[in-house]
Amino acid sequence: MARIGVFVCNCGSNIAATVDVKQVAETIGQLPDVVFSTHYMFMCSEPGQKLIQDAVREHNLDRVVVAACSPTMHFKTFSGAVQRAGLNPYMLEMANIREQCSWVHPDKAIGTDKATDIVAMAVGKTRWAEPLFPREIGVTRRALVIGGGIAGIQAALDIANAGVPVVLVERSPSIGGRMAQLDKTFPTLDCSGCILTPRMTELVQHPNITLYSWSEVQAVRGFVGNFEVDILHKPRYVDATLCTGCGECLTRCPWKKYPSEFDEGMGTRAAIYRPFPQAVPNVPVIDEEHCIGLKSLREDPSRDKPKCGACQKFCPRGAIDFRQQPTVSTEQFGAIVLANGMSLFDPTIYGEYGYGRYPDVITSIQMERLMNAAGPTGGEIRRPSDGKHPRSVVFLACVGSRDERVGRPYCSKICCMYIAKHAIMLKEHDPHVQSYVFYMDVRAGGKGYEEFIRRAQEEYGTVYLRGRVSKVYPEGDHMVVMGEDTLLGMPVRVEADLVVLATGVQPQPDADALARILGISYDGYGFINEAHPKLNPVESNTAGILLAGTTIGPKDIPESVSQASAAAAKVLGLLSQSTLLGEAMTSWVNQTRCVGCFSCEAVCPYHAIERVTLRDGRLAAQVNEGLCKGCGLCASACPGKVITLRGFSDQALLEQMNVLLLEPTAAG
Amino acid sequence: MQTYSYYPGCSLHGTAKEYDHSLKLVAHRLGIQLHELPGWNCCGATAAHSTDEILGLALPARNLVLAAERKRPVLAPCAMCFNRMKVTQHELQEPATRQAVQERLEGVDLEATGVRQVQVLSLLETFASDDMRATASKWVVKPLKGLKVVCYYGCLLVRPPEILQPDDLENPRSMDRLVEVMGAEVLDWPFKTECCGASLAIARADIVVALGRRLLNMARTVGADAIVTACPMCHSNLDTRQAQIKARYGEEFNMPIFYVTELMGLAFGYSPKQLKIHTHVTNATRILERLDAQHASVG
Repeated sequence: MARIGVFVCNCGSNIAATVDVKQVAETIGQLPDVVFSTHYMFMCSEPGQKLIQDAVREHNLDRVVVAACSPTMHFKTFSGAVQRAGLNPYMLEMANIREQCSWVHPDKAIGTDKATDIVAMAVGKTRWAEPLFPREIGVTRRALVIGGGIAGIQAALDIANAGVPVVLVERSPSIGGRMAQLDKTFPTLDCSGCILTPRMTELVQHPNITLYSWSEVQAVRGFVGNFEVDILHKPRYVDATLCTGCGECLTRCPWKKYPSEFDEGMGTRAAIYRPFPQAVPNVPVIDEEHCIGLKSLREDPSRDKPKCGACQKFCPRGAIDFRQQPTVSTEQFGAIVLANGMSLFDPTIYGEYGYGRYPDVITSIQMERLMNAAGPTGGEIRRPSDGKHPRSVVFLACVGSRDERVGRPYCSKICCMYIAKHAIMLKEHDPHVQSYVFYMDVRAGGKGYEEFIRRAQEEYGTVYLRGRVSKVYPEGDHMVVMGEDTLLGMPVRVEADLVVLATGVQPQPDADALARILGISYDGYGFINEAHPKLNPVESNTAGILLAGTTIGPKDIPESVSQASAAAAKVLGLLSQSTLLGEAMTSWVNQTRCVGCFSCEAVCPYHAIERVTLRDGRLAAQVNEGLCKGCGLCASACPGKVITLRGFSDQALLEQMNVLLLEPTAAG
Repeated sequence: MQTYSYYPGCSLHGTAKEYDHSLKLVAHRLGIQLHELPGWNCCGATAAHSTDEILGLALPARNLVLAAERKRPVLAPCAMCFNRMKVTQHELQEPATRQAVQERLEGVDLEATGVRQVQVLSLLETFASDDMRATASKWVVKPLKGLKVVCYYGCLLVRPPEILQPDDLENPRSMDRLVEVMGAEVLDWPFKTECCGASLAIARADIVVALGRRLLNMARTVGADAIVTACPMCHSNLDTRQAQIKARYGEEFNMPIFYVTELMGLAFGYSPKQLKIHTHVTNATRILERLDAQHASVG
């Protein structure tokens, strides 16, 4: 015979206002096997928990039902109390009479009846409760960081400095990310490269960090503490162990006119290139698409020499290797930090702004490259059409932000600030420059941010016009920007030598594909979902996969760095444990009765179903308890009913239904 | 041989007779048969939909019923008529709107007649398609060499874009491509879809004069001899206001405004007289004579 104790919570007035808790406790106390039943103001409080523990001991209870809020809120609290009283924590059953009852019913009589039913059902279910024991899982003390921008760099350094080995995978030829492209950073106007490159150097020289640049994550298997990751190493066609980074090949390559990705098309690069002079690692890459030598070898594999081969001829170290092949390595990790960053909105969709049609309409990231002393113009701001120094520059805010028409209703958060930075820097470069900004609202929340906008306006004379632009077109040797000043209520016309579109932040184009590889969820735009936007802001909804930077949403450098350090702290917390406790409520397969149809495999969202061959040669399903999250889909899908979700056996659920449908309770 | 129903609207029977005329000559040459819809009525233009939304839909809906009965695509060369027909087809998707329109049309079952399915074609959709340009190129006997033009689409052929689906909202190119086939030099310019003032010609002629001046100015700045249109409203606003522009601003343009079908007709070998180009308010024949003289002296 079970000895069940029932504890009904008032939750202040949250429950008690619409449920007569005293009556519920009394009615339930009449049920068979219920040897103790009471109610209390706040069951989750210290005295409330003590009340449960004392009752368990005093009445020798072996099962506990707490009728309160949702188990996602307080299961841990009450199972802890039950455990401290000497019972297995899974001998607790929670009846949710708040979210599913008191909060949704205005009528106390109805609320009380329904609460009684819900608690009675929980009492029924708990008769079948069994002690459950979570498995212990080993932990690989090694972390993977995906993405070598400032967030990835910060996370990798923080983890490595704590003594944990880190692998950083970056898919472009160099780490540095967006920050490496920038000229200055707001609002302090620090030189971006000057504060970034020491971190890049530190990273590549760190004894605990292995850097795989020009590499991509291809597949992820396993679970928290035990990830197995396939990493694709793309061929550089340059032997990194021989290359000294002298750069001779870059000058010798005869094919120099390809638009540079790093310079956002404002400059050119050769078919063998490194994105920027301080690239880490300082090893060039050959562009498969444009290198004549590679192409000749691919088209005619029987050739013994490539068609061009200038780089190979002049390389003093013999490091050029046209025969390099892609390789894949498989490595083990205990935790993963995803910091794969963002991309920028393509403004060609706004035909009225003329981007792509008129050379003197550029984007803000292109402006960064023009301003950067290491950029294609050596830091001289020259407009693309004729190389003239612009005197009048118009900025358009919210290009691909806050615009439902282009599927980007959100604010990109950083544009207001970088526009002000550009306006200030333009004036610093040339005091004759006049800047204009067409904006919707100036959003400058952050330390020193609003002051920075003020400086742009007051000290640097930037003219802010509140309104959208209807058309940008050329007239003679300048551009004309037609727009509206909504504060004046008038159309305005501004003549500009250069028009700059402040393009918004969006996810990497293949962010969703990577999220699927990692088994984490993302929103409608492709930004990765946090486990909880307030309380778990750097955790994905898969244990062991942490998030940092703009992969979650638009943010600036300090915020990305803070998140990276937070993610690193989470990784270190995880990897400081030698073993982890797995989920106790997992599925198990009665293999003697399994016919091997694998309906379970098809529905399992966590890839937790494995195929095993039994001693008699039959193929049967087996649950990997490390991967199983206890969702129960397999148990429902199994046509032979041979899969059971621990804690939710068929008997327990049937008993619950019987209580509701067969036994007359207070509700009748 | 392609056969279309032909919906001329008021303009092509009135102020844009030369458009109607040149269109028919060109269509004949290209083997397109046009059958004017018997019993057609006014498309409602701006007047109807700005005063009574349902009337603005019911008028084109009735024309669409006539077109649907004939079971062939309907060509509406006037951009306004085309626009109203397309918008009406779109609005009739909404059952409540359809019901209101049906009541106005004395209970015709619009869904049963197939008004939303009948294909409505603009002039450019008909003549500037890849196939039709290829056909047209074979009939060019007198290429318009040396004539520098800009193509002016106006608003009614491109807006609202989600209904009209133009090739490009801000930088349409279909007319440019067609006129290039006729041998003229087509210049790029930024005002392809800028406003001509449209029906404000009646209520606020001063605005139309100001906007017309802006368009003509830009056309001249990029080096055009003439502007090409496919809209009677644009044509009228640009062709008939140049004297007023001169009176108000002291700027003299004398810039000919052609219908695209007129240029096609010229390239196909018809004379300006046959095409009624001499009926324009701003003289458009002198430039053609000059062109002929140039060709003669070169040839």
